[in-house]
Amino acid sequence: MPEGRKIKVLVCKPGLDGHDRGAKVLARALRDAGMEVIYTGIHNTPEDIVNTVIQEDPDVVMLSMLSGAHNALCPVIMEKLKENGINDVLVAVGGIIPDEDKPFLEKHGLKGFHGPGTELKTIIEFVKNNLKR
Amino acid sequence: MDYSDLIERLLNNEPRAAARLITIVENDITAAEEIINSIYKYTGNAYILGVTGAPGSGKSTFISTLTKILVEQGKKLGIICVDPTSPLTGGALLGDRIRMKEHFTLNNLFIRSMANRGQLGGLARATEDVIKILDVYGCDIVIVETVGVGQSEVDIFKSAQTVAVLLQPEVGDDIQAIKAGIMEITDIFVVNKMDLPGTDRKVAEISQMLELESSFKYDSNDFSKEFTKIRKWTPEIVKVNSKTGENFDIFLEIVDHHKNFLKETGIIESYEKNRIKNETLQILKHKLAKKVEKLISSNSEIEKYINLVMDKSLDPYSMANLIIKLLGIE
Repeated sequence: MPEGRKIKVLVCKPGLDGHDRGAKVLARALRDAGMEVIYTGIHNTPEDIVNTVIQEDPDVVMLSMLSGAHNALCPVIMEKLKENGINDVLVAVGGIIPDEDKPFLEKHGLKGFHGPGTELKTIIEFVKNNLKR
Repeated sequence: MDYSDLIERLLNNEPRAAARLITIVENDITAAEEIINSIYKYTGNAYILGVTGAPGSGKSTFISTLTKILVEQGKKLGIICVDPTSPLTGGALLGDRIRMKEHFTLNNLFIRSMANRGQLGGLARATEDVIKILDVYGCDIVIVETVGVGQSEVDIFKSAQTVAVLLQPEVGDDIQAIKAGIMEITDIFVVNKMDLPGTDRKVAEISQMLELESSFKYDSNDFSKEFTKIRKWTPEIVKVNSKTGENFDIFLEIVDHHKNFLKETGIIESYEKNRIKNETLQILKHKLAKKVEKLISSNSEIEKYINLVMDKSLDPYSMANLIIKLLGIE
């Protein structure tokens, strides 16, 4: 890692989900941990997210989902990332993710699954320890 | 490191290559040197438009609307959004994309958020390099949105051919308009949010300020002679509504007008010279600062000097002169 390197994180909310308090708190916490955080707001489509990843070249993508649509949207995002040859980005999903959905999402390469009540410290450590480049 | 593959892909207009090269020049100045060295000969095709203004004046929304129009005209656009880095933690929250959401999926558009990483002046250290990469990537226009500025973050006018400053009605009085700094580097004043009351008053204040400016031209000293573009061009004022796109046609006409003005008067050439001089000066400052830091941390003489300064038998200015001697660049 070159000395000036900063961890760059993309925080976004895929799909029809307007509850972004969690995403904002997370963005703020990661900022305070010295990372450069891009927040793209609510109602992002998988295309939006993948295009942003292509242009911004982040180390981490954090998807905040409370809508229950994770099983539908996350695999699409992973698929599109793969189509674009992006395989060195850590993709995490958090919010309301029921335990029984985790194996399915894990199979598609998603990590994290931090839910309500998770200490911010835990998420910051998770990001630092799971970078792919 | 060998960057020839990435550069090859950049020349083939591959967005991921552009993005990765930008990451590299942001993080590693030695690599930036190598990359710019190989791509410099391909630069110079993009027109650089700077957009600056106070926080909340509507820069991102303005750029978003402008983008829509320019992309519809078939232009390929690069947008660089600079946001501030926290001086305490070194982190940054980059939120300009939220207001540019409509355009996420467009092919002929490349948006990149940058943290200023502590650099004053409204831009990041690597902004110049990122402009070059987007230039080589084939952008016709590169729009640079600065950090939301106060009154003296004026570095943008050293990088951009045309600088637009966004103002809003009902904020600031007429004294703000004659203060030095941001108002002096502007080519186009954009009074945004023209649907709000007070717009015409704002326009009147600016035009009064500009009249004063033109009647006091004699006070140009060496510094202002160097940046002749602000002396010869009379800034234009336009009121717009970024939500509806009202008057954006007028804004674009003025940009064209300014572009032609620079070309016809030959000012573009002296502008280019100044830009190169400024950029090189920045690089030199950075390199020399690194050298000095290294010297100070490694040279045993320095410790002696510091003790002398503590004893008051030497002062900091004289110590600085001694260090310049040690560097051998007097």
